[in-house]
Amino acid sequence: MRPLVIAALSLGLASPALADWQATLDAARGQTVYWNAWGGDARTNAFIEWVGEQTEARYGVKVEQVKLTDTADAVTRVIAEKAAGQTSGGSVDMIWINGPNFRSMKEQGLLHGPFATDLPNAKYLDLSPGSSASVDFTTPVEGYESAWRLARFVFTYDSARTPEPPLTMAAFVDWAAANPGRLTHPAVSNFMGSTFLKQALIELTPDPSVLQGPATDENFDAATAPVWAWYDALRPNLWRQGETFPENQSVQQQMLNDGEVDFGVSFDPASAAGAIAEGLLPETARVFVPEGGSIGNISFVAIPFNAANREGAEVVANFLLEPATQAHQQNIEVLGSFSVLDPAKLNAEEAAIFAALPSSPALPALEDLGPTLLEPDASWMTRLTEAWAERYTK
Amino acid sequence: MKPQGRALRAAVLILLMGGFVLPILAGFGQTAGAAFGYLPVLGADSLSLEPWRALFALPGMATSLRLTLVTGIGSTLLALVLAAGFCAFAHGRMTASGMARLLTPFLAAPHAALAIGLAFLLAPSGWIARLVSPWATGWDRPPDLATVNDQWGMALILGLLIKEVPFLLLVMGSALGQLPLRQHLAAGRALGYARGVTWVKVILPQVYPLIRLPIFVTLAFALSVVDMAIILGPSNPPTLSVATTRWFSAPDIALILPASAAALLQIGLVLGAVGLWICAERILRRVGLWWLRRGGRGHPTEPGLWLASTATATLMAMGLAALCALLLWSFAWRWSYPDALPQSWSTKFWLSPGKGWGEALKTTLLLGLASTALSLTLAIAWLEGEDQAGTPRAGWATALIYLPLLTPQLGFLYGLNVVFLQIGISGGMGAVIWAQMLFVFPYVMIALSDPWRALDPRQIRAAASLGASPARRLFAVKLPMLLRPLLTAAAIGFAVSVAQYLPTLFMGAGRIATLTTEAVTLSSGSDRRITGTYATLQAALPFLAYGVAFLIPAILYRNRRGLLGTPT
Repeated sequence: MRPLVIAALSLGLASPALADWQATLDAARGQTVYWNAWGGDARTNAFIEWVGEQTEARYGVKVEQVKLTDTADAVTRVIAEKAAGQTSGGSVDMIWINGPNFRSMKEQGLLHGPFATDLPNAKYLDLSPGSSASVDFTTPVEGYESAWRLARFVFTYDSARTPEPPLTMAAFVDWAAANPGRLTHPAVSNFMGSTFLKQALIELTPDPSVLQGPATDENFDAATAPVWAWYDALRPNLWRQGETFPENQSVQQQMLNDGEVDFGVSFDPASAAGAIAEGLLPETARVFVPEGGSIGNISFVAIPFNAANREGAEVVANFLLEPATQAHQQNIEVLGSFSVLDPAKLNAEEAAIFAALPSSPALPALEDLGPTLLEPDASWMTRLTEAWAERYTK
Repeated sequence: MKPQGRALRAAVLILLMGGFVLPILAGFGQTAGAAFGYLPVLGADSLSLEPWRALFALPGMATSLRLTLVTGIGSTLLALVLAAGFCAFAHGRMTASGMARLLTPFLAAPHAALAIGLAFLLAPSGWIARLVSPWATGWDRPPDLATVNDQWGMALILGLLIKEVPFLLLVMGSALGQLPLRQHLAAGRALGYARGVTWVKVILPQVYPLIRLPIFVTLAFALSVVDMAIILGPSNPPTLSVATTRWFSAPDIALILPASAAALLQIGLVLGAVGLWICAERILRRVGLWWLRRGGRGHPTEPGLWLASTATATLMAMGLAALCALLLWSFAWRWSYPDALPQSWSTKFWLSPGKGWGEALKTTLLLGLASTALSLTLAIAWLEGEDQAGTPRAGWATALIYLPLLTPQLGFLYGLNVVFLQIGISGGMGAVIWAQMLFVFPYVMIALSDPWRALDPRQIRAAASLGASPARRLFAVKLPMLLRPLLTAAAIGFAVSVAQYLPTLFMGAGRIATLTTEAVTLSSGSDRRITGTYATLQAALPFLAYGVAFLIPAILYRNRRGLLGTPT
């Protein structure tokens, strides 16, 4: 009798949420969701278009991608709307977001929520405290954004031109000395540029656990001293002697393709395979991560406080967490970015969709990627970028 | 002043004040507030100099400033010298329409597209390097040379020159039309002055006052350009305008305050540079008078003219090569170093307009046609108002027209967006058309004013004496006679509309995707093949508009030679 009671109780507890969801679905029908997402990647743009086709067919929710050159453009727009007193009917319905942008929006009260934990498909996520879907760059998510794709820091290179890439960040110094002018990283004002520095920070700092707390005047110098020593040794042998840098990782990928440098950087383990399929890198392009693993984080979607089509945005956020959607996204022919779902929470049928996905020689196996290193607290990135600019911008 | 003229003028003026000047001032006010620490939404609500302190404490600020001044003033000065030299050289060797045909591609090609093409042309792994490698250079890998994004801003200056020299040639051409050139040259020759000397000593001093404002526009533009500076300029630190755009969009939103201060500083820079320029004018006038009175006949300017013309021709050749490179890329699949041509071809990017360039093309056309038609109507109303009132244009009216062109866009666009949001019109086509008109109208007005005034007044008097009402005189006499300049002005306006990046982005809330916003966004993803497709379309549209502006009068007036109006 008791299990039945519990089941009935839990049903009773669950049904309001389900009823809420039905209300959300009803309200969402007919809405058009303006999804503000970085528009520099044709495959991501195509995936978002596919998402819109699916949600329109299933839920009557259209998706329009607002292609950004920088995620912060959307943040600025929401601030401008708040400055103008526009507390509803805002122009941004959903933002592809994480890290510092999320932190500043959450702190400024610019986000709608909590909503993510109430999405029906949130059950596929590992939301236990400290898991990567519940902490974003050490900022607690608390339901203010919903996961959609996994990011892992990787280097891309041409295996025909560079048969033996360096295996640690420290080893890049010797490699660059032997190959002057062949290494660079994106401008540090760009998040990929700062990630390059953070990867070195985690590897070189005496006590990596410090990085999980905020950076302070007391701990910053000691923690970063080895990074500056490393960078001072590296810099003279960087491309253009480290006086200028590519604007972002796509520009650097183009330089890799043009043969101007020998490494690209990416937050997508499938980037080499994807770029080969698109004709953007030679067939021999591969990815590697430094020994000891690389920084990983999750890309989220968040809904601004004044979003005009909030319900529609929730429906899209939920759709993104469907196992079938995540598998489609992980398909190398589509996007190739790894699923954010907890494999342990998938049933056999759902797991089979993932197992059936095609592969590519340029696609690393999950075990080749080593352990995922946690993003340092967001304050480290801010301070690291500032300190870098002070040291090397004349 | 006659009553009907007054009513028309008042209406136009109210429209301009309410629609142009007020929004710019309001936007400027918002930016200025933030620059002095007033932005309540961020919890900043007391006036302070803190944003300025923060701005000047930002690393690389001094270098950014120097870089901006060197590229801005340097490119304008060089462009003026080259254009004057080329003008002197080409005059008499080339017909006015031949010159116009030569200039059209450069005037039509948007800055961003040209910059992307040029970056590919010049890069160490670029087209020029590919053509001579490795057989002549021995570079089996691209060399580590700073041919683009160099820290001195040379590549940026070069890119600016390719756009500015043709623009100045165009305005010089129309200014020359107002001078009795043949007589001056003949008199100069008779007095024993060499051709180049006559140009420098007699013609230029007369042309200069007529092209002064366009030169200031060029200067203001070069000092505040964003898209071209991102693509061709250095990145660490970049020019002030690029740095400001970066701070406006930094994840740390508190940077909006110093960014606003930087936007104000940008306006200060433009004002300062114009002031500096005017000082230089004064000095040159003194020195020039002394030089003129000395009466030297010397020949040494001739090689200078050759040099300037060769440099201009080289610039144009590079510009054309850059545009060709884009077209080629749009049909490429793989094209890697050191191949001179793509290894594999694809029409994938052209054959899938779908939601990509098809939509953007439609939006661009719609915006261009609407903002051009409205601006043209307004310009005609203004000029007709002047005619009816019978008064020449006051200095403040000219200043009003030029205001949007002389104010750096960053200085007021963010604030303007807030104002548009407050009145609830941001994010729609209407807001974008409005914002684009701020820049389209001045160019239409500038292009139309001179031909309008040059219209033979006897024709209108004849019509009036036959009893034609002012409206009939306008529609049956003036406008048909002015068809060609009207269409040219429209083509220029359309080209300006197509090229607008920041206004479309800010006022459209990012939802209005045009060829230009897409091309700039995609260039951050740096797939040259897609960028090539967009940039080709982006350059082709204005080119078509100029073509139409040439063709329609030629067809309509094929049997009325006087109306084809080749300017003398």
